[in-house]
Amino acid sequence: MLEVKNIETFYGNIQALKDVSIQVSEGEIITLIGANGAGKTTTLMSISGIVPPRFGEIYFMGKPIHKMSPNNIVSLGISQVPEGRRIFPYLTVLENLDMGAFLRNDTENIKRDMEYIFELFPLLAQRRRQPGGTLSGGEQQMLAISRAIMARPRLLLLDEPSLGLAPIIIRQIFDIITKINRENKTTIFLVEQNANLALKVANRGYVMENGRITISDSAQSLLSNDKVRKAYLGL
Amino acid sequence: MEYFVELFLGGLTRGSIYALIALGYTMVYGIIQLINFAHGEIYMIGAFTALIISSVLSLLGLNTIAIFVIASFVAVIYSSAYGFTVEKIAYKPLRHAPRLSALISAIGMSMFLYNYVLLAQTSDFLPFPNNIPEFKFMEPYSHIFSSTELVILTTTTVVMILLGLLIKCTRIGKAMRATAQDRDMAMLVGIDVNRVISVTFVVGSATAALGGVLIASHIGQINYFIGFIAGIKAFVAAVLGGIGSVPGAVLGSFVLGWTESFATGYVSSDYEDVFAFIFLVLILIFRPAGILGRSTAEKV
Ligand SMILES: Nc1ncnc2c1ncn2[C@@H]1O[C@H](COP(=O)(O)OP(=O)(O)OP(=O)(O)O)[C@@H](O)[C@H]1O
Ligand SMILES: [Mg+2]
Repeated sequence: MLEVKNIETFYGNIQALKDVSIQVSEGEIITLIGANGAGKTTTLMSISGIVPPRFGEIYFMGKPIHKMSPNNIVSLGISQVPEGRRIFPYLTVLENLDMGAFLRNDTENIKRDMEYIFELFPLLAQRRRQPGGTLSGGEQQMLAISRAIMARPRLLLLDEPSLGLAPIIIRQIFDIITKINRENKTTIFLVEQNANLALKVANRGYVMENGRITISDSAQSLLSNDKVRKAYLGL
Repeated sequence: MEYFVELFLGGLTRGSIYALIALGYTMVYGIIQLINFAHGEIYMIGAFTALIISSVLSLLGLNTIAIFVIASFVAVIYSSAYGFTVEKIAYKPLRHAPRLSALISAIGMSMFLYNYVLLAQTSDFLPFPNNIPEFKFMEPYSHIFSSTELVILTTTTVVMILLGLLIKCTRIGKAMRATAQDRDMAMLVGIDVNRVISVTFVVGSATAALGGVLIASHIGQINYFIGFIAGIKAFVAAVLGGIGSVPGAVLGSFVLGWTESFATGYVSSDYEDVFAFIFLVLILIFRPAGILGRSTAEKV
């Protein structure tokens, strides 16, 4: 479904990604783990077209997307829940959700999807008229995920959804992620520092160090991989 | 008392014109954090376009209301095209460059445009025909409030309401608000940010051009440099209200209009500009973000 082929991404003269290749099949949950500054966020931003790669190619459903503008990439079915949630602070919860559905015009289904989201996250329903910026961190993460779902993506990119949240909220968010994957057949690309958690829900995983992919294996094998256990699982 | 009312209404008229120009500054700033120094020139080009069209049409013997409407319409379209083009040529290539580069480009664009009009037209003041009719029902009040001023005030009010609806209710308006709050995130939900920026320039230029036609009709003369002065005043109004905020720009414009009007009326017309700037400094000391400005995001 998604094929990232030998991409190299730069910020000015600083190279952030070196020869990165990643494949994601339809229906999978894959995870990308790595330390701070490894290049995980940059990888997602390259896929979304915000920081396009200088070299290499990215294909989605067979189409080259590495030269497309971000809005066209979204319209093909790739949505992102970015690092730090990036809620529109002065738009209400409802308006934030509405922005998620920006490229859709099937009003009836949009309404139904909103109901679905309010069932998933009753807390958001209570706060629907409140500006997004006034929500708590956990609520904002729920809203960020919901906003991305509103686009009905085929591929959902999630950047550290567990960051800064209490364990109980993290559990809830990961339940929802697996639920979306199961029920809507949404393919998930999960970036995490919380490797333990990520590898438990994922089918496969990639490990990134200094802008390179250094290990790629099934989630099972990664969980028992000595190097991964030492570096990322704290064992 | 009547004098007070006259000054009050005069301030309202001035404020209306400042508001029509200030909107463009504040919306562009809200979306791309750029002070578009060429904005005043767009207003000036609007007035010149209307002058040329009016002259041609009056040779054809059209009636004055038709001339006014057609000239305003053409001026708005033509200036919008200028605004659109200025953004594409002078700002878009610098979108990812340091903020200062775009600012210098803006100043360069401003100088280019007024020098171009200076060379293409003349440095002298040109008389501008007032094609706005005198209304019968305004006759009893004409010594304190003219028909032209009424038209200026009404037009501004209508434009403000339309603009408010555009921003609040339409798809492009929502896209503008989202882009102002977080540009990258706006792209990530599928908004074509280049288009949003273009629309912002076009809308801002259109209202500025309308302001140009209206004030030129009121004052009765224009030259290539009017954009500079009006541009600075409107910019002050936008900062006063809180740059990036649309309601702020409107409020700042009226505050500035009244300050100038009352200062001129009660103190001395020589100090009109001085009072405006004293007021600006005072407000910014107590509210650095402007009257309605927020220290962080929401701008549109
Ligand atoms: N806007 C930027 N300008 C310059 N360098 C950047 C920029 N964003 C990221 N970098 C650099 O690129 C490298 C990769 O950063 P990236 O944000 O992708 O890492 P990450 O794996 O997501 O880290 P974290 O886990 O801390 O979020 C880092 O060295 C970082 O300093
Ligand atoms: Mg990151």
